[in-house]
Amino acid sequence: MSFTNEELAVMDTIIARYPKSRSAIMPLLHYVQSLDGYVTARGIETIADKLNLATAEVTAVSTFYTQYKSEPVGEYHVGICTNTLCAIMGGDAIYQSVCDHLGIKKDQTTADGKVSLERIECNAACDYAPVVMVNWEFYDNQTPASVNNLVDAIREGNPPAPTRGPSKLQTWKENSAVLAGLSDGLADEGVQAGAPSLLGLNIANSKGKK
Amino acid sequence: MSILKPVLSAHWDEPDSFKIAAYKRHGGYKALAKALKTTPDEVIALVKESGLRGRGGAGFPTGSKWGFIPQGDNKPHYLVVNADESEPGTCKDIPLLMANPHALIEGIIIGSYAIRANHSFIYIRGEVVHVFRRVQKAIDDAYAAGLLGKNILGSGFDLELTLHAGAGAYICGEETALLDSLEGFRGQPRLRPPFPAIAGLYAMPTVVNNVESIASVPSIIAKGADWFQEMGTEKSKGYTLYSLSGHVTNPGQFEAPLGITLRQILELAGGIRAGHELKFWTPGGSSTPMFTAEHLDVPLDYEGVAAAGSMLGTKALQIFDETTCVVRAALRWVEFYKHESCGKCTPCREGTWWLVQLMKDLEAGKGTEADLEKLLDLCDNIAGRSFCALADGAVSPIISSLKYFRAEYILHQTNGGCPFDPVASTLFETAGA
Amino acid sequence: MTPEQAVVAVETVSAVIDGAEVTVPKGTLIIRAAEQLGIAIPRFCDHPLLAPAGACRQCLVDVSINGRAFPKPQASCTMPVENGMVVNTQLTSPVAAKAQEGIMEFLLINHPLDCPICDKGGECPLQNQAMSAGRPESRFEGEKRTFEKPINISSQVLLDRERCVLCARCTRFSNEIAGDPFITLNERGALQQVGIYENQPFESYYSGNTVQICPVGALTGASYRFRARPFDLVSVNSACEHCASGCDLRTDIRRGKTLRRLGGDDPAVNQEWNCDKGRWAFKYLTSRERVKTPLVRGDDGELHEASWPEAIAAAAAGLKGKRVGVLTGGRLTHEDAYGYSKFARVTLGTNDIDFRARPHSDEERDFLATVVTDLKTTYIDIDSADHVVLVNFEPEEESPIVFLRMYRQVTKRGLVVTSDAPLASRGSKKLSARLVNSVTEISGLTAQSVILIGERAAETPGTLSAAYELSQSTGAKLAWIPRRAGERGALAAGAIGNLLPGHRPVSDAAARVDLQSAWGVTNLPENPGRSTTEILSALNDESLDAVLIGGVDPMDISADALNQLLNTFVVSLEISNTAVTAIADVVLPVAAVVEKSGSYLDWRGIGRSFDKGIDDVDLRSDVRILSILADEMGKPINLPTVTATTREIQSLGIWDGAQPTFSKRVAAPVSAQGVTLVSWRYLLDLGSLQQGEANLAGTAKQARAHLSAATAASLGVTEGDSVVISSERGSIELPVTIVNIADHLIWVPRNSEGSQVIPELGFTSGSVKVAKR
Repeated sequence: MSFTNEELAVMDTIIARYPKSRSAIMPLLHYVQSLDGYVTARGIETIADKLNLATAEVTAVSTFYTQYKSEPVGEYHVGICTNTLCAIMGGDAIYQSVCDHLGIKKDQTTADGKVSLERIECNAACDYAPVVMVNWEFYDNQTPASVNNLVDAIREGNPPAPTRGPSKLQTWKENSAVLAGLSDGLADEGVQAGAPSLLGLNIANSKGKK
Repeated sequence: MSILKPVLSAHWDEPDSFKIAAYKRHGGYKALAKALKTTPDEVIALVKESGLRGRGGAGFPTGSKWGFIPQGDNKPHYLVVNADESEPGTCKDIPLLMANPHALIEGIIIGSYAIRANHSFIYIRGEVVHVFRRVQKAIDDAYAAGLLGKNILGSGFDLELTLHAGAGAYICGEETALLDSLEGFRGQPRLRPPFPAIAGLYAMPTVVNNVESIASVPSIIAKGADWFQEMGTEKSKGYTLYSLSGHVTNPGQFEAPLGITLRQILELAGGIRAGHELKFWTPGGSSTPMFTAEHLDVPLDYEGVAAAGSMLGTKALQIFDETTCVVRAALRWVEFYKHESCGKCTPCREGTWWLVQLMKDLEAGKGTEADLEKLLDLCDNIAGRSFCALADGAVSPIISSLKYFRAEYILHQTNGGCPFDPVASTLFETAGA
Repeated sequence: MTPEQAVVAVETVSAVIDGAEVTVPKGTLIIRAAEQLGIAIPRFCDHPLLAPAGACRQCLVDVSINGRAFPKPQASCTMPVENGMVVNTQLTSPVAAKAQEGIMEFLLINHPLDCPICDKGGECPLQNQAMSAGRPESRFEGEKRTFEKPINISSQVLLDRERCVLCARCTRFSNEIAGDPFITLNERGALQQVGIYENQPFESYYSGNTVQICPVGALTGASYRFRARPFDLVSVNSACEHCASGCDLRTDIRRGKTLRRLGGDDPAVNQEWNCDKGRWAFKYLTSRERVKTPLVRGDDGELHEASWPEAIAAAAAGLKGKRVGVLTGGRLTHEDAYGYSKFARVTLGTNDIDFRARPHSDEERDFLATVVTDLKTTYIDIDSADHVVLVNFEPEEESPIVFLRMYRQVTKRGLVVTSDAPLASRGSKKLSARLVNSVTEISGLTAQSVILIGERAAETPGTLSAAYELSQSTGAKLAWIPRRAGERGALAAGAIGNLLPGHRPVSDAAARVDLQSAWGVTNLPENPGRSTTEILSALNDESLDAVLIGGVDPMDISADALNQLLNTFVVSLEISNTAVTAIADVVLPVAAVVEKSGSYLDWRGIGRSFDKGIDDVDLRSDVRILSILADEMGKPINLPTVTATTREIQSLGIWDGAQPTFSKRVAAPVSAQGVTLVSWRYLLDLGSLQQGEANLAGTAKQARAHLSAATAASLGVTEGDSVVISSERGSIELPVTIVNIADHLIWVPRNSEGSQVIPELGFTSGSVKVAKR
């Protein structure tokens, strides 16, 4: 089944952002993921057609990047940082615990299609370690217990909000659309910063040094 | 002389700090208006004079980089901001964009004006959706306020700004790989020459700068080069964000003039977590050789850290106490480099594959001292022999950990395995929370 | 002095490599400069014809400039030589040697121990360089990454991913040189691998070159896999017998059988490339249909094996004193064509000879004799052209090396290409060609421009004249590029009714006299002879009594051609059983390319000779057989060997007398009613020399009916639906593809599976009815 005319028109607007059309391949792949949940054959073929590329040139790009998935992920894709700092601070323990809790391992999805797991690399929130991302939204300062609760809540349809994100956790597809440059209007929701980000500022302010 | 100097983070404590109204409330976009009344070359000269050095790790003088762009060549120029922050330990650009994206936007407009770019890009890593939202909104608001688009503030200067999401590849933080990725290719580094200043994005003259570098520009324009030069050390001028993480009582961001020491930061941060002591730390992320307690008083500027045998890098201070197995830490970093290796060149692609296997064996207590020599020899055959610096970063944890903690590697061997308790190094175990 | 010989002054630089000074043109890479000194720096990703990559890191050397040493070893394949540079390779620098050893050790850790079963063994750069630059033993004791192996990336090319060293030569070649990015590097890091998109196999006409330049056994050809070891093979330089590009080839033979053909090294022509047809279409040589002994039709009406004396006698009896036509076909070597040409004039006393076994015209014959014989255009002219015009010529399908040459200039400097064609082929699109309906629409040509005319220009009266006019008025250079390898040589040999050998016009008395004296005959026929269609027609209505026919497929000429041969005496010189041998009276088997020596003239008119590669073969060249036949008929031509023929051709030389001028024809106004079918041949199709090679045939383009969107809509069909295309003679059924083409035209391939236009529809181009299936 090919994409609808509206969807194809959206692709054209994405392409129009760039001086050279090939640059649009990355947001187009995010857009395909927002529609199909992963990089499908129809996605590859349509992008190749739109950008006047060989299909092999599209898969060369889609297989290079970790965020582009060649198979479906869960509606809520849970990434546990197990790079050195987070791992040592508890990421390894969290990963083990959530695997046991859900009965799946990394790159697998629960039977109800709700939750998939990934061991992710440093997500630039080291002062909030151990860090977990769900659909690439921040869940800072996690513990094994909090992550088990998190995935349970997700599966019950009532996930907690991200610690530094919109008021309601969006789905994998919804967030993929954002990365494709399609605004969902949620930018103003959520905090501006967490306590660690403000640490130095608060200290400077309390010492009257500005 | 104050130790801390909030500039970029000065108003992060206000709940609406990321909005354009808040930014303007605190004088935002006045620097832009001021810059537009001078000539582009004057802007470049000012940034050069300030001594601002790239905050993405390399520390290359920003003004000089801008000056490399040939002018009067009738070609499109591009300013590309590297917001692909992925170096393990580095976490300054993301909170900056979450809390104060307009500082970057204003800096981009000024920088584009200076190098005569009419279309600029922000390449942001894709794994931070909410930050993407904030930056996109900031861009939209800037357009609505006439600060982007045609005839900005009536100056006759036009600028289009496109936000581009990456998709999970650390190597795309390398400037030429970033450009290839932005052009729609696999994010693999390019041959240099030609350098981006001559042939960068779409083979046109391009400047690639880190988020923090560009975000620092409005303050320099507003307050002058002298103000900037009063902060920092002789060759490392200005203020910057230091990111403190790990086994400290209070991890977080500290904006300070360059040259502060870890001892000074730790003092402010409440020191190492209670009951523990500093074992090893990185000054600038996992790619920089690690330091120990010996180095608490090394001035954290480009020259000071280099003189002590490492690199200032992104000022990503990852602190580990005595509960941490350094072999485990090094292994996990090498696994990161193996995962992120783009695959183009042999020593990085095959070398990291092999190093991970060796490190896993060493962590499990297998092998002899001869294997440590073999490990170092392999590192010697990788470092400096690859296409880009990712491989140099990969061997850095191994070489520096062996330098300071060889005995710990040997202890694994005599112990038949890792003698450390992984639970002891976790936060929640000891925090009681 | 030809352009190839012109010496251009270049700026040079000097450096010292391993203690020896070398001076090279500015811009020369260190690795190339070292080669000039006989120093081989090991390498994988570097290839002189590809842009530098610097990926494998095998070529690391120590470099200093004016005393300042680089702190790290440098890749010699990406760094140009500069004045004051001192380079120390693995021969004189321990640092370089260790670095290279280290890289080699890394390359081998994930490389499988496949040597015993790998085709590349024995001619493998990895093996060789591991021995010369690597450690004696590897210190790797871990786990190698493994992949399922091999996988077909096309029916002809197999990929063993474990063997791949990620040098990316194959992907870079396909992208940079061929313009066919159907293979790319996928994944990242140690799992990086060459791959295709699963629904799109590596169907590039140039895919075989990746097998040749792969420095390991990762890419292999299905037809050669597991067949031989390099030390079994005897290699001979050869010339390709397929098209007129003129490729230099290396043919590898084992025990009398061609096992493999590689692109040879000729910078002026094919550089180091060839196309898949030239590389793999040689199975016809060992086809079961090869004619091994002479055949004579007996009184029982059947063909019987006969001895040579018997067969020669039978042929002579049927030809002697008769009015004979000679159809040579376009696949002869230059020497063989000369044999037919001389035989026709001396032994048969006729000018009724024509090499064109395809649609042709008198305008074309005139054009060939008066214009083409004078052309001096070469590949260098394409290299420096400001504009290339294609007139009824599809380079990718009809002369692939010409395509590569043009594509290089298109990508390198934006060479402008215009094509007089009804639709944009894949090749045209790759060349960013602008389409026109007639050369009269083209402006802006200069003396630097090049007009490449295809053999199909003969199919539309006036096209050749218009192209000629265009070149006259602008000074643009002309070239005529036929599809077959033997045509240009046949023209030079005079195997056509209006020319004698060496460009001597038949109607020029002085030319005839010159030839008579060289040949030692008293007279030569004066009037220009019949063309192919005229010969066939005359055979049919008995104005001619017999035909001497070489490698000709009548279906390439017209639907009636075979029928026109039915009631006449046929002497067939052929390599295989064909439709012609089936109706012949005498069949004389001839040697194919590798079984004899000879030469081909390419479209430039420049020859490439090749030696006999197989000694123990009873087959003889056409010219030798004709010489024997001529002796039998009492009018000898004295060409007992190919060598003797070459000598005679050389001594004859090219006629430097006046040539008649080309008399231009006016284009007939085209009044087409309804739908007109147009066609041309794909490179890989049902051509007779491609038989027997199923792996290659698997990569051929599928036949489709190319219609405009409007036509499709009016027929009620969409992409993929079938249509029936019918003429008075018959019909074909093909799936539809919608393209940019005039509404009244429909394009199909001329000789592909399911689309054999001449036999099924009766013409190459004409009115058809199209209906939804």
